[in-house]
Amino acid sequence: MTNEHVSFRDVEQVFPARGKQDPVHALGPISFAIRPGEFFSVVGPSGCGKSTMLDVMSGLTRPTRGQVIFEGSPLDGTVPDGIGVVFQEDASFPWLTVWDNVAFGLRRRGVDAAEIRRRVDYALSFMGLAAFTKAYPSQLSGGMRQRVCIARTLVMQPRLILLDEPFGALDQQTRLLMGDELLRLWRETGATIMLITHALDEANLLSDRIGVMSARPGTFISIVETGWAKDRDSTLAELPEFGAVSSRLWALLRSESMRAMGQHAASRSSLAGKAA
Amino acid sequence: MGKAGLIRIAVILAAVLALEIACRTGAVPPSAVVPPSAMLASVYEILTTGEIAHDLRLTLTAVVIATIIAIVGGFFAGLIIHGLPRLRRTLAPLLAAYYAIPHLAFYPLLIVVFGLGLGPLIVLASLLGIMAMIIATLDGLDHVPRVLLRTAAVLRLNRWSEMMLVRLPAAFPHLLSGIKLAFSYAFIGVVAGEFILSTAGLGHAISFAYDNFQNRRMYGLILIAIGLVTLVNTTLLVGERRLLTRRGMR
Repeated sequence: MTNEHVSFRDVEQVFPARGKQDPVHALGPISFAIRPGEFFSVVGPSGCGKSTMLDVMSGLTRPTRGQVIFEGSPLDGTVPDGIGVVFQEDASFPWLTVWDNVAFGLRRRGVDAAEIRRRVDYALSFMGLAAFTKAYPSQLSGGMRQRVCIARTLVMQPRLILLDEPFGALDQQTRLLMGDELLRLWRETGATIMLITHALDEANLLSDRIGVMSARPGTFISIVETGWAKDRDSTLAELPEFGAVSSRLWALLRSESMRAMGQHAASRSSLAGKAA
Repeated sequence: MGKAGLIRIAVILAAVLALEIACRTGAVPPSAVVPPSAMLASVYEILTTGEIAHDLRLTLTAVVIATIIAIVGGFFAGLIIHGLPRLRRTLAPLLAAYYAIPHLAFYPLLIVVFGLGLGPLIVLASLLGIMAMIIATLDGLDHVPRVLLRTAAVLRLNRWSEMMLVRLPAAFPHLLSGIKLAFSYAFIGVVAGEFILSTAGLGHAISFAYDNFQNRRMYGLILIAIGLVTLVNTTLLVGERRLLTRRGMR
């Protein structure tokens, strides 16, 4: 394979006008590639098209223009085999136990029962859920439910894992721990990871490279290389280099975030103008 | 049982006791209401002699058939309407106004069309129950969280699997309330129809007792009707609670 696991070629996403609203140019044109086995994060001001980028990369949404190439072939508007997605919201099925939630995808693929049991049990113990196999999601905390969703993705053995602010709803301490777990998972599976986040420290700590997005329509202002060792963990945060990368990210984002806020303010005042 | 449950039972017992005293002291004449103890005695007589068995069987047959028609018909109608947004927009005002129609007023017409017997009762009761199920089905399918459908897409489920394994299980609590309502409406429809015009059935027996000043018997029959509905509803409610607790919706 080439040095590109997944790549965007002049990808643009424009959401058509709805009612009296103008069409929204959410993304691009943007071209970039993520290397096999890389941990790539995307940060950017809110509403810059981060989630749109994930939708397009996974195949959930077909881009308005351009192409997404995954493992050498272009996406055709469906999610291909080999891509796993963890969403920001709780996506566990409340009517299934933890075990059945995790086994759900495998059962649809006709994997034989012994193999399902092996993979599910492994994923559950890996995610620290071994004691909760018979519990229902409602009996678990938000962090635990997100682990269930990650385990459900893991058992499918995806080669590319996309995470859309998976820890967004969790408290700071849990986030840090989940970050370490994510690194462990990344090393263990060898999968390529793309993480969308708005937390700069999180992106800094976890990633090999960080794509810094502009305000809408989103493109990369810069892609920051961190140069961290593969066996890193959250103790990295104490190093002076860590602080340097964080301030670099913030410097890049400051003006963009202000522009994004300006956009919001402008659209609000134009609405007010229409109302008057 | 919680504190609220105990208070509820205490209030009901107090009300029954008050009625008993009011009846026994003559404050309420027996031509209007018989004492609750007499109602219970009447229920006991009616049930032990078995004279009501035939009527009860007819009523329950009609209720069961009408409930099944309402649930199955309403579910599939809801599924189709949900799948066709334009049809749904066209039907919306009709769906909203459905229960403003006095369905019982059409009962005599149904008798002319279907003849006296179970037929018109089943039609009336199904008509009453079906819309509750249609609305519950629409409601349930509308409220499937988007993230679950996106998950289904990521796991590459086809449309059939998505419906069977994600949409319907997610909508199930709504469907269950639809089932509960469909049964209640069907029961009301059958008993009311029998009450208006019929030669047999629980509703007819109540109406017959009423016409012949058999107050004691009438109240006994009414109590039997209430008991039946309560039994079925409580069973469904217990199931629903268990389900909602498991899903963390309570």
